[in-house]
Amino acid sequence: MVTLPSRSDRAVREGGAPQRPRFFCVVVFAALILLAAPAGVRAAEDEPAAPKDTCFDCHRHTLSDDASLGFRDDVHRARGLSCAACHGGDPTAEDMPVAMDPAKGFIGVPRRAQIPQLCARCHADGAFMRGYNPSLRTDQLAQYLTSVHGQRLRQGDTRVAVCTDCHSVHGIRPAASPASSVHPLNLPETCGRCHSDAVRMESYKIPTGQAADYRASVHFQTLERGDLAAPSCATCHGNHGAAPPGVASIERVCGTCHVFQEQLFDQSPHKAPWDALGFPSCLTCHGNHRIEPTGDHLIGTGEKSFCVTCHSEGEPGWVAAGKIHTALTGLDAALHRSGEILDRAERAGMEVADAEVVQAGAQEQLIKARVEIHTVTAARIEETVSAGNKLAAQAYQAGEAALAELAFRRKGLALSLIIIALVVLGLWLLIRELEARKPIA
Amino acid sequence: MRKLAARLYDWLDARLDLADLTAPLRHKTVPVHYFSYWYYLGGMTLFLFFVQVVTGILLLLYYRPTANEAFESVQFIMTRVRFGWLIRGLHAWSANLMILCAFAHMFSVLFLRAYRKPRELTWVSGCVLLFLALGFGFSGYLLPWNELAFFATKVGTDIVGQVPAVGHWLMVFLRGGEEVTGATLTRFFGFHVAVLPAITVLFLGIHLALIQRQGISVPPGLEPAMHVLAYLRKHDPAAAEMLIKTAGVQPETREMPFFPNFFLRELMAWYIALGLLGVLAALAPWELGAKADAFAPAPAGIKPEWYFLWMFQTLKLIPGKLGPIDGELAGILAFSAAGVLWVLLPFFDRDKGRAQRLIKGAGIFALAYIVAMTAYGYIAK
Repeated sequence: MVTLPSRSDRAVREGGAPQRPRFFCVVVFAALILLAAPAGVRAAEDEPAAPKDTCFDCHRHTLSDDASLGFRDDVHRARGLSCAACHGGDPTAEDMPVAMDPAKGFIGVPRRAQIPQLCARCHADGAFMRGYNPSLRTDQLAQYLTSVHGQRLRQGDTRVAVCTDCHSVHGIRPAASPASSVHPLNLPETCGRCHSDAVRMESYKIPTGQAADYRASVHFQTLERGDLAAPSCATCHGNHGAAPPGVASIERVCGTCHVFQEQLFDQSPHKAPWDALGFPSCLTCHGNHRIEPTGDHLIGTGEKSFCVTCHSEGEPGWVAAGKIHTALTGLDAALHRSGEILDRAERAGMEVADAEVVQAGAQEQLIKARVEIHTVTAARIEETVSAGNKLAAQAYQAGEAALAELAFRRKGLALSLIIIALVVLGLWLLIRELEARKPIA
Repeated sequence: MRKLAARLYDWLDARLDLADLTAPLRHKTVPVHYFSYWYYLGGMTLFLFFVQVVTGILLLLYYRPTANEAFESVQFIMTRVRFGWLIRGLHAWSANLMILCAFAHMFSVLFLRAYRKPRELTWVSGCVLLFLALGFGFSGYLLPWNELAFFATKVGTDIVGQVPAVGHWLMVFLRGGEEVTGATLTRFFGFHVAVLPAITVLFLGIHLALIQRQGISVPPGLEPAMHVLAYLRKHDPAAAEMLIKTAGVQPETREMPFFPNFFLRELMAWYIALGLLGVLAALAPWELGAKADAFAPAPAGIKPEWYFLWMFQTLKLIPGKLGPIDGELAGILAFSAAGVLWVLLPFFDRDKGRAQRLIKGAGIFALAYIVAMTAYGYIAK
């Protein structure tokens, strides 16, 4: 037996007959409809055909309130649910007191503390959800109760986020919709509404710069470019079970996407001492919310290097950092040189597709070496860089050969044109001689 | 050297009676007047066709006509075969210049009214040769099996599929199936190197034989003066001079022997064309692009070769529906009808002012339309 949100919705789904309207209600409704006629015409154009929903009709066409305006495009309404699904009451009744009769389950505006349970009546019911979206998870409430938000709510703190704070109240869209407040691109704003509010966060002793920091991060920049695989707030913190990852789990959280970096870091000489010292692995160098684009300048002995934060001049770590930096920048420069000469040859119309494959191979070695810096083992990185340097040298030689071939072609062309010009001149002289001897009649 | 050549000629003459064979060449003349330069276009087209044949045969030594190997074999020709880049460059550029010359030759014949009686069949065979050249272009474009060629062929054969009644059959025949695949490549290769050359040789033979038989046309305005002046120059040179001075007859209305005078001039033009081809092949190599991938999305702004662009652009501009019939179909029917009328053009020329003005107007309109639509096709996104 499927549990439905209210008796009236069940009646609609099961095709039950609506209650018979009384004469008074008919007159009142007729007047309301006449008054609301222009809006009604407009509404008829932009609203889907839905089962009778007197709550929505009144709120939308007579009151024009924000709730009904938002609910017009709500995913629940699009799937045929009415206001009564959450608020109770009888959406088929024309008479307001009947429609909003507590005896018919009308609860009015739900209290904040009730909201997770209210949403979970459907969303935690696998059998019910299968009728709408079988792929949607039904453990949101269970997860929520494990989150910092859920735990605090249980303790009686009603200022923490409940479902409607993130998903909105009446204008709920599917999470994949770009208009949804929980779409990855909109999450920084949604989470930031509370977490950037210094007054609100004061009592929790939580910093408020996370959303601004995240917006400046390489993750958000990638997301903004349209790559929805880039992490948003929920990717690292979880969504319904939102909680800050502890020091121990940071590496696993980052490793969800940066798989090789995580594996290589586990093999590095940093791993054991950092764990012992309680360093937050990835965060130690990269930070958390404001993760900036990486570059070869972040490793080595330069001013901006992460390494110099801990290692002093002359230490083995300092020497290794310097070697790694030299190796990486050396291959990068070699790739620039080979890329530039291949570009030049290609712009001149030379076919250098084979050399470009070699160049791509060298580029892959550089990428591999840049990932391998998480081992902080200079010998391993130098080995990869050496393979990349060989390929870059091959690509450069191919570029040189293409340009030499180009020069040869141009010289050949010049020589051919001289020969052709001489032949044309000879022909012209021959014609003149012929026609001088025997003019054209 | 000359003695040796003369002895060789005598030796062959004694056995083959060469004098009879070369007699028409010795007696053949070419009119000399202000518009004589247009006569070089036919010969130039023929020269570029020979370049096509020679370079095409050389490309055949390395080219492999299968979907798996075609692109790589062309890449191999471009990078590994000594002077392969030059041969492919010459082949691609001379193909384009040949079609350009063929178009220019056709319009020069039209505006000089060289198609008129008795040369109607020369015009018809010339039109067939132009269509064959376009067929060479269309079939050859696919052979490198690159991305652009693949999708251009898909679009081109889709258009063929729109022809009423036989369209679908024709499309399947051209593609060797419902889709453009390796079977299409093999088929196009067959058309390009066997079927089209065989038909071309036949029509080229007819075209050249007709020119040889009928001589070279003189523009109608110059024809009477040419004849009178030629006669007077032969029998009374003083009277010829007087005619030029008093009657305002063009002094350039003469005739030159085809061999060697015109032939040597034509040879000069061929050498210049060869130089131009070399410059284009060396300084603007024909791009190979990326290998065709049937599963990849079509590249944006895909366009056919320039000589099909005016038709393609027209079809793009026609609305989806023209009354009860499909817009594209209407366009194809209109082009087919215009093509048939164009081939039959000489038969409408009745030596009457109105018909001639109409044909001239149609020629000017067609030329302006082709140029404008081609330019628009390149500018439009």
